[in-house]
Amino acid sequence: MSTLVSTLTARAAEAPQRPALTFLERGGEQTITRGEFLRSAQAYSGRLAAAGLSAGDLVILVLQHSLDLVYAFWGAALIGAVPSIFPFLTEKLDPALYCQRVKTLVEHSGAKVVITYPKNFEPLSELLKELPVQILVTGAAPDSELLTSELSLRAEGVSSDAIALLQHSSGSTGLQKGVALSHRAVLRQVEAYGKAIQLDPASDVIVSWLPLYHDMGLIAGFVLPILTGTHLVLMSPFEWVRQPTSLLDAIGRYRGTLCWLPNFAYKLIARSLRPGAEFDLASWRGVINCSEPVYDESHQAFVEKLAPFGFSPDALAVSYAMAENTFAVTQTALGQPPRVDVVEIAALQERGEAIPATAGKRVVSCGAPIESVELAIFDGQRNPLPERRVGEIGLRSEFMLSGYYKRPDLSQQAITPDGWYLTGDMGYLADGELYISGRKKDLLIVGGKNIYPQDLEDIANRTAGVYPGRAVAFGVLDERLGSEKVVIICETTENADLAAAEQELRAKVVQETEVTVGDLRFVPRGWILKTSSGKHARTDNREKYLREFGG
Amino acid sequence: MTDKNDIIAKLNEYITQEILKRPDKTLSADEPLISGGLIDSFSLVDLALFAEQTWGAGIDDTELNAQTFDTLDQLADLIAARAI
Repeated sequence: MSTLVSTLTARAAEAPQRPALTFLERGGEQTITRGEFLRSAQAYSGRLAAAGLSAGDLVILVLQHSLDLVYAFWGAALIGAVPSIFPFLTEKLDPALYCQRVKTLVEHSGAKVVITYPKNFEPLSELLKELPVQILVTGAAPDSELLTSELSLRAEGVSSDAIALLQHSSGSTGLQKGVALSHRAVLRQVEAYGKAIQLDPASDVIVSWLPLYHDMGLIAGFVLPILTGTHLVLMSPFEWVRQPTSLLDAIGRYRGTLCWLPNFAYKLIARSLRPGAEFDLASWRGVINCSEPVYDESHQAFVEKLAPFGFSPDALAVSYAMAENTFAVTQTALGQPPRVDVVEIAALQERGEAIPATAGKRVVSCGAPIESVELAIFDGQRNPLPERRVGEIGLRSEFMLSGYYKRPDLSQQAITPDGWYLTGDMGYLADGELYISGRKKDLLIVGGKNIYPQDLEDIANRTAGVYPGRAVAFGVLDERLGSEKVVIICETTENADLAAAEQELRAKVVQETEVTVGDLRFVPRGWILKTSSGKHARTDNREKYLREFGG
Repeated sequence: MTDKNDIIAKLNEYITQEILKRPDKTLSADEPLISGGLIDSFSLVDLALFAEQTWGAGIDDTELNAQTFDTLDQLADLIAARAI
């Protein structure tokens, strides 16, 4: 019976001296062999076992991007416990609020252990003292003696249907929905996705700066290379955002072949290139655009800037992915650029029909479903629609979520009785490939990060001067960034100090969600359109905003 | 010589027009830009390139954070000290 435990152990046994991972940090590098990797993870297993942790128990990792995080994750997995990586604390977030969110998650999830840094021990102990959770800190000496025999015993007891890991999206809404994935689901995804990208663990090198708490970073940029034995070069997301071209340096230095990026990163890298810089990108066979809407213009900007360094447009690729399907749903063929479907704008927007045209909207293909994935496009009554008709994207696969962790109510809503997961994304199929045209669910994707508009509206409603209940948030494409920007519209109270309200609201949004408000508008009472459903209100107000303020 | 007030005026114009897309706004020199939630991390690169192209002032990537420059005032000091 295959599990993450047996697979990781097998990788280390078959080639203990091969590199598992190169960890880049502050200009330094550390390469870890598969054997060392397993031993370091087992040290965490030993500590967790000594703390009384059993298979199926949840471990929350409140760590930053670090080797400790990497080892703690696999250390928990090795004893059949369920690791979940908490979003990182950054300089922008409010630390007190961050700790409060840890508490909320521990309470809701019933986590048995939190692993964190020694400096967080006291504040978290105080905060969590009423809860049946233990706090372990990094850096303590492992109790390696009890390991080997006990570990193999424990490993045998892990079923492939047991939960292997949890993925959360950030923010107060996202933390309530832990996507639970079984060992079977994770391994099948890795197998099916490996085929779709023609992964060759012997020759491929995966380079990633993506945060490990996000599905793209966790699965494509971490679990997949470790489980398949593909050399992974792992960079810090914080260091990458300050120096986006460091990815190109790493590709050249380690002969990187594969990389996953959200759309904004193509633009950011293109904007960051300085005259005179030199890179060697000839090894790069796949740059896979994933996790936010894909724009052909962003691809073109990337190719234009990087072609002089040996980057081939054939390396452009797209995947449609989500945590609920472990990761990938579709993938374009590697070795050729993704198809671009040019369709009539009016027919698409007004009638939901994708009619080919010589000039019109350029929709980039997300590719064909990967092995075991079945796709369907549904109308509002959940009837399947023919090709080139826009509807909600539904999927079935062998690697769907087991459910939202300890939320049977949400799990039941998400999956239909006949097994379809309704994604909340809108799109159409053409010649067997999927094209995304919009979103039905209330969600903003800002720089690859999921943000719930209700979290933003909640912050606005708590801001002095904003008329409570009269705020609306939505996303609008920012072409410079190649991503969505946050727009918040608020009706204000009489005699409100608008400058103070703007400062307070902007500061709170960044401290609580880490995203920056792209545009904030104060409007007179009665401006905001209200309907019985919050969703329609957001869509209608977005249209009104675009008409009045032009985006 | 590069006048600090002139730097602040040019930075203000660049940020309000190109980054915030709100030419109707004026930033005050001591307003926190990063920690105050006005400028996102993805725009710091653009700001550094603008400073380099306009005044020849090199800003290292490691300096692109709220500790180094969070206000127009701090950023203008940095640029004035390094302008060519």
